Amino acid sequence: MNELLTVLKKNIREYGMYIALATIMAVFTILSHGVFISSRNIANLLNQTGYIAVLAVGMTLVIVIRHIDLSVGFLSGFLGAVAAISLTQWHWPVWLSILFVLVLGICAGLLTALPIASLGIPAFVASLAGWLIYRGALMLATAATGTIIIPNESFNALGNGYIPDLFASETFLPGLHKTTLLLGAIAIVIFIVGQFADRKRKQQFNFEVLSGGLFAAKLVFISLVLGFITWILAGYNGMSWTIVIMMAVVLIYDFITRRTVIGRHIYAVGGNPEAAELSGISVKNITFAVFGSMGFLSALSGILFTARLKSATPQAGTLFEMDAIAAAYIGGVSAAGGIGSISGSLVGALVYMSLMNGMNLLGTDISLQYIIRGLVLLIAVIFDVMTRKRRA
Amino acid sequence: MSDNILEMRHITKTFPGVRALSDVNFEVRRGEIHCLVGENGAGKSTLMKVLSGVYPHNDFEGEIIFNGKKVMFGSIRDSEEAGISVIYQELALVPEMTVYENVMLGHEIKRGITVDVQKMIRKTEELLKRVRLSVNPSTKVKDLGIGKQQLVEIAKALSHNVSLLVLDEPTAALNEDDCDNLLDILRLLKTQGVTSIMISHKLKEVLKIAETITVLRDGQTICTLDRQKDKVDEQLLIKHMVGRSIENIYPPRSSKPSDEVVLEVKNWSAYDTKLGRKVLDNVNFHVCKGEVVGLSGLVGSGRTELARSLFGNPDGYVISGDLFFKGKKQRFSHPRHAIRSGLAYATEDRKRNGLILIKSIQENISLANLQGVSKNGIIDEELDKQSALNFVNSLSIKTPGINQLVMNLSGGNQQKVSVAKWLFVSPDLLIFDEPTRGIDVGAKYEIYTIINDLVAKGMSILMISSELPEILGMSDRIYVVANGTITGELDAKSATQEAVMRLATQY
Repeated sequence: MNELLTVLKKNIREYGMYIALATIMAVFTILSHGVFISSRNIANLLNQTGYIAVLAVGMTLVIVIRHIDLSVGFLSGFLGAVAAISLTQWHWPVWLSILFVLVLGICAGLLTALPIASLGIPAFVASLAGWLIYRGALMLATAATGTIIIPNESFNALGNGYIPDLFASETFLPGLHKTTLLLGAIAIVIFIVGQFADRKRKQQFNFEVLSGGLFAAKLVFISLVLGFITWILAGYNGMSWTIVIMMAVVLIYDFITRRTVIGRHIYAVGGNPEAAELSGISVKNITFAVFGSMGFLSALSGILFTARLKSATPQAGTLFEMDAIAAAYIGGVSAAGGIGSISGSLVGALVYMSLMNGMNLLGTDISLQYIIRGLVLLIAVIFDVMTRKRRA
Repeated sequence: MSDNILEMRHITKTFPGVRALSDVNFEVRRGEIHCLVGENGAGKSTLMKVLSGVYPHNDFEGEIIFNGKKVMFGSIRDSEEAGISVIYQELALVPEMTVYENVMLGHEIKRGITVDVQKMIRKTEELLKRVRLSVNPSTKVKDLGIGKQQLVEIAKALSHNVSLLVLDEPTAALNEDDCDNLLDILRLLKTQGVTSIMISHKLKEVLKIAETITVLRDGQTICTLDRQKDKVDEQLLIKHMVGRSIENIYPPRSSKPSDEVVLEVKNWSAYDTKLGRKVLDNVNFHVCKGEVVGLSGLVGSGRTELARSLFGNPDGYVISGDLFFKGKKQRFSHPRHAIRSGLAYATEDRKRNGLILIKSIQENISLANLQGVSKNGIIDEELDKQSALNFVNSLSIKTPGINQLVMNLSGGNQQKVSVAKWLFVSPDLLIFDEPTRGIDVGAKYEIYTIINDLVAKGMSILMISSELPEILGMSDRIYVVANGTITGELDAKSATQEAVMRLATQY
């Protein structure tokens, strides 16, 4: 028990977020008499979170290197419109449209980085210019037609569709999505094997590890959580393509930030740019890379959102950047640079979207919703500063 | 009876782990020009910060008598109100504002709720006249030369009705004409009843202007010399400034440097476009394999600028001259090119630009050589941990674990992490800027032992240091830098602290 307390205390920031998410979900579940936790609503919640989480992942890295990118909302809106136009007016195949938009996103990100990295223009200003420009571009793209309806089913599936059930059966576990269950089981197995391998490696080097009991408890707890989520999803239509894409982005970025050279370089630049430069890291190149990735993810977010609406609207992407920034901050990224994790930002996005989803379910007045979201953001950041101060 | 405007009695000021001033007594007579001299770190600037209230009165021991009254300043504002003004080397002017706005900053003349521009300009003109500066008060400060900016700063001090003016290294960045002019102004102010205290490294100008000279060394007052009574020359000042014996804190070295030249620099000049002046002027030197070369010089002499200009030039100086590294002509355009070729640079300020304090020991050690612990861009966590552990053991870094954040380590252990980081790139030449700054004697000895081990293995070290005993105790050869150029080369065996100081004060 003592060990549990010390571990909790040491990682209060990290666990605090999970606890907050669990609390918020529990409260909404009770207030909505179980509607919130229903399969249908959870699937809906995760689909809503998708395009914000993708942006929050990119924004996390931008904030880690001490910058900000305000242009991403309208950029994703604009790129969504480009995708719609290429599908409906140029009659491109889906794969080509998506590829084109993603490449365009990378270019846009690099373009935002250009004045920042080369001339030292503050990112706030450079990306504010982008905000204006892409807003105008979006209006221009939709000026002739207004909202562009996309009739293409396979494109729209990215925002609305679910992965096919390969093992559909009327007799075995009826009403559950078997492929989703299988994927969940695989995830649990990978998690457990990974944890054991990690523990063994740490023991080899005589690093501190959790005691056997606590380790087992952790494995069981997280496996149960994963299993529960899988079960809920399987109860509706299974895993959506949006969830698959979101999880892929999170896993890949999590791997990049924690395990690769470029990940280390990004955090070094954020932690102390001068020291990073003198350690042979090109701050300029890292800035380009991070903004390039932000542009790429903006494009992806635009695709997801457009597919979800099955159309490109002149207002698409409005305030997405603020939602992404809020999610990243709730997720524990530090404005001072160098600190912030991808998993944290995912949880931040989930917290943020759960609030929105839950309050919508309860029919809370929209004005009150904004105030509550603002307060939660404030509390999260204050909590962050307090816990960090105590550790230093 | 002498009329003292200022008496500082039994001043003791300690920082965590260091005693910066111990029982210092300092007296200044009314109306004189008093110079304060001493080595880097002797405590001059600290003493002036005690005086001006940067360190408030409950932050040090001892008492300050100003104009016959005991004073207790809680902040700079208090000392300014009493009539004391300190002008630092880095000027405290707002470049984008005009001369009169700067001069009147903080005590603007008001008319109703608006500022009275006309009155402020007239007042500024009067003040400028007192420092014989003829510029339009509406000129922006950034459009003035550094010498004139200094006079604006003095005019600003005069606007507070200053009676005691303290100048911290006022001439360090000035050329000779501006220097002479400044000294003239100090004499002029004296006739207007302003007492001046000037801190300076340039002994020639000290002798030109000072009526009284106080020498500080290792946080203690060594002597106060009265020019009318005592016969003072450069020799005597240098002797007082450095007159401590080198204690036996340098481990003996058995290895001998070879004749093979690793680094050779020829006619190396650098122009800083931001400052608009030359920071290095025609520097020539070389370093051999297995050699420790000391680079001595006072703060601001261009030592660090030299190191950075060689190490990939991160400041973007305009450089001319040749750099030969391991026999090849090179011009590194980014630190990473230098590192890849085998040239490393451990910075003088490990906290500011050496280490990433919010990251772990492990992450800091492999930062400059992540290729060494990765494959195809993916880090091998085991290898990374293992190499960090090896360094923690071999350099005996005291820490509970390699995932400890660097900011939680002591200064000495932080320095060892910095050393480990650069050893991990296995360079041929390590430029080691202030290797023992701010660390205790025990850790110093360990760093020296590490340096000896490295050169025994054939690495070369270019050691930049402000501490003369360290330069003499550790180097095989010594170059002295002053004013952006090398003023002399000395053999460490025959060199004396006096000889080094003489070259270092040659401007």
